[in-house]
Amino acid sequence: MAAVLESLLREEVSVAAAVRWIARSAQSSEDDPGEAAALSSLQPLRKEFVPFLLNFLREQSSRVLPQGPPTPAKAPGSSAALPGRPGGPPRGSRGARSQLFPPTEPSSTAGASEAPSARRGGRRRGPGPGRERGGRGPGGLEEGVSGESPPWAGGRRPRGSGSPGSPSLARSDPPNLSNLEEFPPVGSVPPGPAGRTKPSRRINPTPVSEERSLSKPKTCFTSPPINCVPSSQPSVPDTSPWGHGLPPGCRSLQEEREMLRKERSKQLQQSPTPTCPTSESGSPLPSRTGNLTAEPADPARVSSRQRLELIALVYSSCIAENLVPNLFLELFFVLQLLTARRMVATKESDLEPTPEALDSLESPLFQSVHDCVFFAVQVLEHQFQVLSYLDKGTLKLLAENERLLCFSPALQGRLRAAYEGSVARVSLAMPPSAQAVSFQPETDNRANFSSDRAFHTFKKQRDVFFEVLREWEDRHEEPGWDFEKGLGSRIRTMMGQLSAACSHSHFVRLFQKQLLQMCQSPGGPGGAGLGEAPDVLSMLGADKLGRLRRLQERLVAPQSSGGPCPPPTFPGCQGFFRDFILSASSFQFNQHLMDSLSLKIRELNSLALPQPEPSDEDGESDVDWQGERRQFAVVLLSLRLLAKFLGFVAFLPYRGPEPPPTRELQDSILALRSQVPPALDVRALLQQGLQARRAVLTVPWLVEFLSLADHIVPLLDYYRSIFTLLLHLHRSLVLSKESKGEMCFLNKLLLLAVLGWLFQIPTVPEDLFFLEEDQLDTFEVDTVTSGHGLDGMPVVDQHLLYTCCPYIGELRKLLASWVSGSSGRSGGFVRKITPTTTAGLGAQPPQTTQGLQAQLAQAFFHNQPPSLRRTVEFVAERIGSNCVKHIKFCQKKSPGAVRALLPEETPAAVLSSAENIAVGLATEKACAWLSANITALIQREVKAAVSRTLRAQGPEPAARGERRGCSRACEHHAPLPSHLISEIKDVLALAVGPRDPEEGVSPEHLEQLLGQLGQTLQCRQFLCPPAEQHLAKCSVELASLLVADQIPVLGPPAQHRLERGQARRLLHVLLSLWKDDFQVPVPLQLLLSPRNLGLLADTRPREWDLLLFLLRELVEKGLMGRTEIEACLGSLHDTQWPKDFSEELATLFNPFLAEPHMPEPQLRACELVQTNRGTVLAQS
Amino acid sequence: MILTKAQYDEIAQCLVSVLPTRQSLRKLKQRFPSQSQATLLSIFSQEYQKHIKRTHAKHHTPEAIESYYQRYRNGVGRNGAAPVLLELANEVDYAPSLMARIILERFLQEHEETPPSKSVINSMLRNPSQIPDGVLANQVYQCIVNDCCYGPLVDCIKHAIGHEHEVLLRDLLLEKNLSFLDEDQLRAKGYEKTPDFILQVPVAVEGRIIHWIESKASFGDECSHHAYLHNQFWSYWNRDIPDIIAKCSWPCCTSIPSNGS
Repeated sequence: MAAVLESLLREEVSVAAAVRWIARSAQSSEDDPGEAAALSSLQPLRKEFVPFLLNFLREQSSRVLPQGPPTPAKAPGSSAALPGRPGGPPRGSRGARSQLFPPTEPSSTAGASEAPSARRGGRRRGPGPGRERGGRGPGGLEEGVSGESPPWAGGRRPRGSGSPGSPSLARSDPPNLSNLEEFPPVGSVPPGPAGRTKPSRRINPTPVSEERSLSKPKTCFTSPPINCVPSSQPSVPDTSPWGHGLPPGCRSLQEEREMLRKERSKQLQQSPTPTCPTSESGSPLPSRTGNLTAEPADPARVSSRQRLELIALVYSSCIAENLVPNLFLELFFVLQLLTARRMVATKESDLEPTPEALDSLESPLFQSVHDCVFFAVQVLEHQFQVLSYLDKGTLKLLAENERLLCFSPALQGRLRAAYEGSVARVSLAMPPSAQAVSFQPETDNRANFSSDRAFHTFKKQRDVFFEVLREWEDRHEEPGWDFEKGLGSRIRTMMGQLSAACSHSHFVRLFQKQLLQMCQSPGGPGGAGLGEAPDVLSMLGADKLGRLRRLQERLVAPQSSGGPCPPPTFPGCQGFFRDFILSASSFQFNQHLMDSLSLKIRELNSLALPQPEPSDEDGESDVDWQGERRQFAVVLLSLRLLAKFLGFVAFLPYRGPEPPPTRELQDSILALRSQVPPALDVRALLQQGLQARRAVLTVPWLVEFLSLADHIVPLLDYYRSIFTLLLHLHRSLVLSKESKGEMCFLNKLLLLAVLGWLFQIPTVPEDLFFLEEDQLDTFEVDTVTSGHGLDGMPVVDQHLLYTCCPYIGELRKLLASWVSGSSGRSGGFVRKITPTTTAGLGAQPPQTTQGLQAQLAQAFFHNQPPSLRRTVEFVAERIGSNCVKHIKFCQKKSPGAVRALLPEETPAAVLSSAENIAVGLATEKACAWLSANITALIQREVKAAVSRTLRAQGPEPAARGERRGCSRACEHHAPLPSHLISEIKDVLALAVGPRDPEEGVSPEHLEQLLGQLGQTLQCRQFLCPPAEQHLAKCSVELASLLVADQIPVLGPPAQHRLERGQARRLLHVLLSLWKDDFQVPVPLQLLLSPRNLGLLADTRPREWDLLLFLLRELVEKGLMGRTEIEACLGSLHDTQWPKDFSEELATLFNPFLAEPHMPEPQLRACELVQTNRGTVLAQS
Repeated sequence: MILTKAQYDEIAQCLVSVLPTRQSLRKLKQRFPSQSQATLLSIFSQEYQKHIKRTHAKHHTPEAIESYYQRYRNGVGRNGAAPVLLELANEVDYAPSLMARIILERFLQEHEETPPSKSVINSMLRNPSQIPDGVLANQVYQCIVNDCCYGPLVDCIKHAIGHEHEVLLRDLLLEKNLSFLDEDQLRAKGYEKTPDFILQVPVAVEGRIIHWIESKASFGDECSHHAYLHNQFWSYWNRDIPDIIAKCSWPCCTSIPSNGS
């Protein structure tokens, strides 16, 4: 491969031809015959060129970036020979560490790195034809090296510490890479006199593992591996994936980092004066204090410009043609070169380029920091277009980079212009989590459950689920808190109650809804409103909000999301749901969850997103597009979340720490797995997506899904074909191609970013990207069937890009850390945010009206149907868009705008038509949007409402209609029912006793009480049926006591009894209340119950007249029928009475029953008394 | 009306080991003339309930039940018209209505072939005329009308108070022109556990957002507030809205703002 590079360097082959050659296997007619000849001889090595180039660059830069995180190049090692390292240590790793810890004996790594390649089967390449043919240069060395170390031993995994170990490294004391002193953060100033107080960012250290040299390295580059095998525990099988319940060693990085943090703060406290770092490894280290400040880079001191330019061009062309797996990884690498601090000095002779070697690869490519910066700036110039689409913060940092200014003022100018024109302000902070899923009447009510019991269980589960969630929210950040220990058993108990399949589906629905609600940024992109954490924020007032937000962002934003290629993680609330699934460990739950997730994914994936034609006027269309973008973002983020969890659950049973160790085992596993149907037919969905030009929607979630696959998945035919499709897509997304019908730039960028990330996931074989190329050539997907897919719409903005791919933010962090490290010289670009302390944070915060208003609005929408919110937002947006337009055409009339745009000679009629059409179109657009968004929602709500009404229709409404209310004139001043019941109860208690001798009731009080009862029964404002029933019963009891003359009356000691007349009057009042005012059935039969009649039995002499009076009145008023009374009296015979009482009873009632309508004048007399009632009441 | 903590404590102090009779309540009224009967009754009732919760178990041991039943039988054997059951309850410091229930249950066990169901017992307590034994019926009735903290009548009074305060609250909301959904409307919509009112347009009171109002119409002491929070309010949070302001009991008590989130 070196031969190709060298022929390039010798200008035997033009760069364009070389890139064409790499990209396409066949020779192009454009190629010069000479070039063709030169290249055709190298044909078998074509595929290996890019990996070679990437590895070559990494290796060359190893002396410049010794301390930083190595930029991975996930390229199969085919950098056969490393001519540029004469006498240098054998590579293996990127050599970075071996520079720091010089090897004692340079020896071959052959033995160590033999194993992985051998195991991989078919990857083994002996000194092949390439070497023979390529050995054109000063080949002696090359031959020698290749003879000793097989080609794949080279930069196969040019990753820092975690790479197939260099034996020298293993033999010497292993360095503690977590040690901040020895391995300071990239770009930052290690603790020393200059840098002690400077803020520094740190990129995660990768653990060193000697065993890695024997096993296939399976970590993500530059980031804490998911299933790392710590050096102390070589082969602990990781049974529970994803960090939960990992063997202790696997958390070591977390722990170590925690310990480091503590240690560091301790050191800072103990030694305020900076101390020189001491080596922990014990190996004699040169004092690095001299290395601390970055070496100034000088364009004048660049060696071999031409060679650097050429390689930069080849490299850039490979990037542009998407021949590299991960675009952003390369950018990261280039920025690392740009911000390289200083060259690690090796032998003096190295630094002196031998003139004759300049055109070959023998001399080091980067001989100084100047070379690095020059190279980086060269590449950046070629990649300007991509850079210009980065977020504003990154652009600013780039534009302010003094090295860039120094090396290429032109590029700096373009970057500055891009920065000034950019509106893509992206916050790297994580979105906060949100609230509980509200009760969903349609699905959560009783009608949807098989039995009361199931319904009740579901309610209880709901409560338990939220209880668990609340506890997690409160406690998961506490040190030492463990999900499984804290909540595991509770979750399993709860899951155990989900017996019926229907309960599972109910619970899964709740789970999925809560997942979507909590893990999605509430407002969607761009909607990171101020109302999110209103409690703290709103008390500061609007002016300080911005500052506080930036401070918050700096504090909250993860320092590093795990390098430019982090492994798939479950940040924030997602962790809860992952741990919940793991702790529940319920097969049924997982199955239901997969079903539900698959359904939702299909539903969202096929959602018809509105697709208005991109307008010609750029600014205007941008405003119009905001709504669509926002909706797209919400759908996309939901899909990604759902797909991630689907992938997590679907591949959970197969996930293991390592790929199968032997080929045989792997084959048998493959045979088993290939017959298992996929949880969701993602291949079909991908093909549909590509055909419908909706890749921008489908691919990002598919990537999330695949990122959680196990090691076997990429080897299965089904998934392999998916990867092939994705590779094809990746290659086709050439950013520089911009034609009509092409995908929008940011759409492409998003797809490149997610695909690039996927290709770096540990479970995806690293050779996949380069090996599949053969099939690519023959594979064709017809993607140009329709020109109107989502892909052609500007649906992606920077905010969405950075939300989906937070690792792109690493570029910004890298640049920022350079600034913070060099701020001493450049005057300090990092502006300090001074936090404001407010007095009395604990007290009730004095809320600003503004914040409160925002909260109120939030709260308002929470309880309203989603369509309302949509409508309001729609109106606001359209009005807003109109306002923008108005400002933009700040002419007087909008038709004027149309007129101005049309040619002068346009006839008036045409003009007016055009204006009308414009208005019509605008309306149409709005209507289309409305029908697409609002109508469906409203339809659903109406449907639900109708079904509810149908269900609710029963006898109840009819009964309700009959009930009388109080009259219009009523002022509701009647006594309260509760008061009346209480009063009557007191009277009853007095009557029943026991009572003190002086206790009693006045007749007036009784009259008053009954009067009040009448008022209450007429007002009814406060009356509820149970109260009325009790009042009715109490009134009957009262009547019984009156009849039996059992009510103790206050008054002259001799009396103590109610007068007959008074008693009758009271009974009359009661009778009329029963007849006219009570609306509930009055239990009058109680009057003749044994217990109440028994009251009479106890009195001597027995007085029956009141009872007879009462019974006659009851019959007369139609309150009781004679037969009813007869029945009651008949049942009295069952009771044992004193003999005389039974006799009296019989003699009295027989005539009453025998003679129906017998008027009794003497009893009638009481009605005369009745007329006095008004006066009596007045007196009382 | 807002009752201060000190006032509350003073009242509660007086209620230690006081019998739940109307005489006790009368004395209490004389002692605190400035407080309404409803307030005093509410506090009394709650304090007494706490007391009963503490001592409930010891009255339900088989030995205790048997001993009470024998004492009752002996008592009514001597004089069926005497307030045997009520005095027994007062003597052992247990609520008369609850004592009536114990004895009734025991009585029915003895006289019926099948053990009595809970609903039968409840029905007999609501309507003692259904009790097959006349003497017992009278005894039970006496207990119920004389108990001011337990029993079907007291339950009904409490329920009525709750309802009345809902009505009052609704009137106030209407008067203030606040849009709301009441419990019935919410039920009709299919909600199973609802607060009294959900404000359709939330309001802010003293810098706090109020989403819904629940009137408990009982004294909101610390303990009951905590219980409500656990049993009821959290489930609203689960089902509806994260932010809670609960407005407690109307005539007798203070409003307790509690933030659920």
